[in-house]
Amino acid sequence: MSVQVLTFIIVGASFLLYMGIAIWARAGTTNDFYIAGGGVHPILNGMATAADWMSAASFISMAGLVSFMGYDGAVYLMGWTGGYVLLALLLAPYLRKFGKFTVPDFIGDRYYSQTARTVAVVCAIFICFTYVIGQMRGVGVVFSRFLEIELWLGVVIGMGVVFFYTVLGGMKGITYTQVAQFCVMIFAYIVPAVFISIMLTGHVLPQTGFGATLADGSGMFLLEKLDMLSTDLGFNAYTSNTKSYLDIFCITFALMVGTAGLPHVIVRFFTVPKVSDARKSAGWALAFIAILYTTAPALASFARVNMIETINGPDATGMSYAEAPSWIKNWEKTNLISHDDKNGDGKMFYSGDERNEMTIDRDIMVLANPEIANLPAWVIALVAAGGVAAALSTSAGLLLVISTSVSHDLLKRNLMPHISDKNELLSARVAAGVAILIAGYFGINPPDFVAAIVAFAFGLAASSFFPVIIMGIFSKRMNDKGAISGMITGILFTAIYIIYFKFVSPEMNKPDNWLFGISPEGIGTIGMVINFVVAFVVFKFTDEAPQEIQDLVESIRFPKGAGEATGH
Amino acid sequence: MAFKNEGDQKAYWKENLSLLFKLLIVWFVVSFGAGIIFVEILNQIQFFGFKLGFWFAQQGSIYVFVALIFIYMKKMNAIDKKYGVEEE
Repeated sequence: MSVQVLTFIIVGASFLLYMGIAIWARAGTTNDFYIAGGGVHPILNGMATAADWMSAASFISMAGLVSFMGYDGAVYLMGWTGGYVLLALLLAPYLRKFGKFTVPDFIGDRYYSQTARTVAVVCAIFICFTYVIGQMRGVGVVFSRFLEIELWLGVVIGMGVVFFYTVLGGMKGITYTQVAQFCVMIFAYIVPAVFISIMLTGHVLPQTGFGATLADGSGMFLLEKLDMLSTDLGFNAYTSNTKSYLDIFCITFALMVGTAGLPHVIVRFFTVPKVSDARKSAGWALAFIAILYTTAPALASFARVNMIETINGPDATGMSYAEAPSWIKNWEKTNLISHDDKNGDGKMFYSGDERNEMTIDRDIMVLANPEIANLPAWVIALVAAGGVAAALSTSAGLLLVISTSVSHDLLKRNLMPHISDKNELLSARVAAGVAILIAGYFGINPPDFVAAIVAFAFGLAASSFFPVIIMGIFSKRMNDKGAISGMITGILFTAIYIIYFKFVSPEMNKPDNWLFGISPEGIGTIGMVINFVVAFVVFKFTDEAPQEIQDLVESIRFPKGAGEATGH
Repeated sequence: MAFKNEGDQKAYWKENLSLLFKLLIVWFVVSFGAGIIFVEILNQIQFFGFKLGFWFAQQGSIYVFVALIFIYMKKMNAIDKKYGVEEE
């Protein structure tokens, strides 16, 4: 059977599964819709959180990024996992005890201020939209490559599936489909990695194969070989840095703190029955995430070796273009790889200097990996299904936050306090539907700045939500004025820095011009510090929070008496 | 009031903070310490086929993160019990 037919069957079967789950887990109340009735088992919630978190970027792009960045890729590996430690220790249990539906709910109530709530809602919606556009795009890329249909049709199909189970099932439908999507995704990621690890090093586990000797009889370590290949071809050694250590530090920190402040991740911990379950759930979530995140760097190095060897050939002088393997021809159609025979010898050559004749998009590494390694057709189809699962699960979680922000934070808590539960549920569904249409539109017609605004999402979460929530829990006297001025200066500083270097003067975006040599990706770290400092200075000169708020903070600091989360 | 007295409440919070502090030091040391600040020094050490600093940056820190959360969960549940503020 051809790859295309197999892909249709495997992706189609996974869609039927998701829809079946959605019908089984329909939402009846706002409680079901927002937090799945608060009755999700912590291990299942851990799986759902993992699927929610691991997006098209984690599945499709991350190993490719690491593959091209070498050691520097650690910013993503540590940044996107270390945040869970902060989340589990500093945020999740307390927010669960607080027992409301959303992050703006906490900020609004804790700082007894509609302004704080409104700033939080705007940030939440902005962060989620930037994210979801990328997901829709990911679905489109997978469909257009593997099913050979138009990109727009791929996006429309993806929109249809997400619409079906988000609008019908809300958080309840999403949670159980995410459990299924996690299984599909992780299986699809691990299978090719194991195959390739065995082929290259003889190790079943990619995590150990990564540090093993090559199976080609040379007795050389894989990473040693990769360092040698890289320096011979004019690249930096794979295991050494190209960015400055200060920048690596700041990017990693911003990503960690940003992860802990992302509303669609935080909200997952409102769905479990107890505070102790929120702690447990965070542990399982990271354990499930770690399966993919420790495989990714291994896959990245395998892919790098394989790619260099197939393009440059065994004698490292270049492979004849006429005899190029089929994966190169397949991916050339998507314009993600191209060959320009500069010296006219009819051979391909890939290097980091003037000899280079190849343009290779980082995003194809995971998707093309099974083809590069000549794996069977069903593995390639499986990777397609995994990529789609990763994109769909994250989109659904994000769309839910957008719809909750509109129906709950904006309508119920701001504009229409007397709205009935039934109408609130209806408006949540309408908001989810509208959000999907907007995301789909941008997925088909992506603005040029999609990649640039991802830095934005993390920078904003790091410089706004994280410090404000931390102070709300750990400093019971912190007041509304401190928090609001901290949040606003933090966001403004971060946003202006990113907008300046990414949009206003992209030609200035070089280490020499950066503040202390910190890139826009890492500036959220400084934004966070500014937020904390401004908040404490303003707090020193204003009245402390009222007694009832201090009592509220005392009451979220221990688990006893945590009821189910409510909206009132 | 869930605590027996105010002293208990203060002691509970103090134990909680000291646990958080210890775990976050480990969190910082394995990632920012071993993976970034001291990476070049640790890279002098060979760990199987890895340079040790590189291993911490791309593998080791992640394993420690997972362990930290489970340790926190266990210790924190024990502290809750000690002060009688666990959930029914």
